[in-house]
Amino acid sequence: MKEKLIPLHMLSPGSFGRVTQLTARDNSRRRMLDLGFINNTIVEALQKSPSGDPTAYQVRGAVIALRSEEASNILVECFS
Amino acid sequence: MFEVKLDSPYDLVIALAGNPNTGKSTVFNSLTGLKQHTGNWPGKTVTNAQGKYRHKGRSFVLVDLPGTYSLFASSVEEEVARDFICFGRPHATVVVLDATCLERNLNLALQIIEITDKVVVCVNLMDEAKRKKINIDLAGLSAKLGVPVIGTNARDGTGLADLKDAVFKVATGEIIVDPMRVEYDRNVERAVEILEPIVKESVNGEISSRWLSLRLLDGDRTLLKSLDHYLGFEPNKKERLSEILVSVRDVINFEDIRTKDRLVESIVKLAEDICAETVTYETKQHNALDRKIDSILTSKAFGIPIMLVLLGMVFWITVEGANVPSAMLARGFNYLEEQLTALFMAWDSPAWLHGILVLGIYKTLAWVVSVMLPPMAIFFPLFTLLEDLGYLPRVAFNLDSFFKRACAHGKQVLTMCMGFGCNAAGVIACRIIDSPRERLIAIITNNFVPCNGRFPTLIAIASIFIAYNMGGFKSIGTVLSVLFVVVLGVVLTLVISRILSKTVLKGLPSSFTLELPPYRKPQVGRIIVRSIFDRTLFVLGRAVVVAAPVGAVIWIMANVTIGDSSILNHCASFLDPFAHLLGLDGFILMAFILGLPANEIVIPILIMSYMSQGVMLELESLESMRQLFVENGWTWLTAVCTMLFVLNHWPCATTLLTIRKETQSLKWTVISFLVPTITGVIICCTVAQLASLLGLV
Repeated sequence: MKEKLIPLHMLSPGSFGRVTQLTARDNSRRRMLDLGFINNTIVEALQKSPSGDPTAYQVRGAVIALRSEEASNILVECFS
Repeated sequence: MFEVKLDSPYDLVIALAGNPNTGKSTVFNSLTGLKQHTGNWPGKTVTNAQGKYRHKGRSFVLVDLPGTYSLFASSVEEEVARDFICFGRPHATVVVLDATCLERNLNLALQIIEITDKVVVCVNLMDEAKRKKINIDLAGLSAKLGVPVIGTNARDGTGLADLKDAVFKVATGEIIVDPMRVEYDRNVERAVEILEPIVKESVNGEISSRWLSLRLLDGDRTLLKSLDHYLGFEPNKKERLSEILVSVRDVINFEDIRTKDRLVESIVKLAEDICAETVTYETKQHNALDRKIDSILTSKAFGIPIMLVLLGMVFWITVEGANVPSAMLARGFNYLEEQLTALFMAWDSPAWLHGILVLGIYKTLAWVVSVMLPPMAIFFPLFTLLEDLGYLPRVAFNLDSFFKRACAHGKQVLTMCMGFGCNAAGVIACRIIDSPRERLIAIITNNFVPCNGRFPTLIAIASIFIAYNMGGFKSIGTVLSVLFVVVLGVVLTLVISRILSKTVLKGLPSSFTLELPPYRKPQVGRIIVRSIFDRTLFVLGRAVVVAAPVGAVIWIMANVTIGDSSILNHCASFLDPFAHLLGLDGFILMAFILGLPANEIVIPILIMSYMSQGVMLELESLESMRQLFVENGWTWLTAVCTMLFVLNHWPCATTLLTIRKETQSLKWTVISFLVPTITGVIICCTVAQLASLLGLV
């Protein structure tokens, strides 16, 4: 079954996604790669902060909070 | 070039690398104890800490590198860490990894292993891993990586002896390490194969030619600069190398971003594979407790209220707990003063000598110690406790959206938290912000957080004026007023940050990532020792050093008369008209001006100025302070305006000097002076004038 492709910030808390593409550039791209957002990595959206942004994600054993601007540059295949 | 302080040429230099939040500094402190020296990396605002220890008769110099996730130099910290490992020629490099988050941490370890053979891996926080039922096969990990791997728990010293042994062996060459090689895809490997022999010729074995070939392939620009700087090697000027590089890039179908991605991906995947074979989880939900705590502490409904309540509780414990020891200290100092005075009388010493030494210097010191020491000794450990638990990043997470709207950096919250302790420390903490624009905003606004030298003043004024008639609710009232001032400070920080972003520091928020590290069981004993010695005594010591001379100056100003009144009176009456506009009086404003060296001494200066007016009384309690102030015309409005001015006025001299050092600019130092001062004048003036217009006073 074909899963849908969405930017990471649209992944609702509690759901999982598999990274398929990184559209960030330059330093921001490097930073994301270093944190482990590479293709086929499983990411779990944990929860949003009290005002809805940023959101905390579990990636490769660590919890990283990203603002929606950053998360929108990571495309994931959602499979909740 | 790196300014490593060696006592003898036989000293062994050890670099200490690791991700942030891995307990790297605990490893550093446990190994070196008090034999430390901190400064800056040459030409960089990155802290450079070095420490010494002895093991098996040899002397080791441990260089604590900045905590980084990677060495690909996307920040100054990463550049510093990479350059030291690469060109600083340490005898060995220790990589500290967090046992509870091994996969992400291995990324850095693998990058370092590519640069140098002489690596020791230290898997720290083994007790946390055990608590979370995570098993790590250290022997297996060591076999895979090909370097010694030592499990430690730096907080109680477990494993440190083994670590020192391993470092000794690797650094002295007693064991020859043969680290694993990170393999890349076929095309990259082919390209490296062609490139490496030529690179090898050029660098003469100074650094790993394989690693350098890889970096030339991915086109790391900051590295080119460092190569020239440290080795005088400019790849672009070597004709043959440049030619081959161009043709080799064709082989791997070069496209800048792609190559970098491929290299990073290979390392991350390798880390994943290694972990799959060496780490086992007894339960699937090993982080369940952390997530549960997070779901409460950062929830929509409770996140911010819990934060305020926690802060309020910290203040309340400080206010309540400080009362008794403060009174005891004051009584003790008073008794001592009587004895001193008796001594001076017995020796028939002149009145002016007794005045300067006892009434000037001694009394000021006594005030600073008795009023400042107890709240600091309570506040600092409580705050360090929150820090140790891992709560502060959650605060940054909760408040980030406000800072985003102010076009500021989310980590500014962490620098503000440091500001509660000391604004100078807060300004230094701004180094964690990469973007220069956002870093300046954080530096300029840090003063809107009342530091430890100021909030005992806030507590004192609030308890004798604002909450005076509240009976049983007095301490609650005091806490709420102080909390109100702090929240006002946060609001002002946001407003001013936004104004700065729209005017002198135009720009959009830069990208930011914030790690929420696992919660950790705090080490209470360590916290108390650390916060008392490192923080409380340090801050108090600085205040005391400043207070003594100022005490003497004030006494002289109050007792030397020109014409019909003292110098102090002349100054105060000159300032009086302006001060009244702000709801203050000339003495209060002058106390703030003379308090420039340290905020702690504002109130003692004020007390002494008032007392020299002829109202002599023994200042044994806050009650008599209230009397003194009331007799000098204080109303609730004076108290409110003074509290507002405590929050909003120029930073103390230490902070200003620190800002000058951190920004390397007189202009931004002047702006950091003016911004809070102008804000304070506007706010106090508005409040005072409104109150009198409405006939509230």
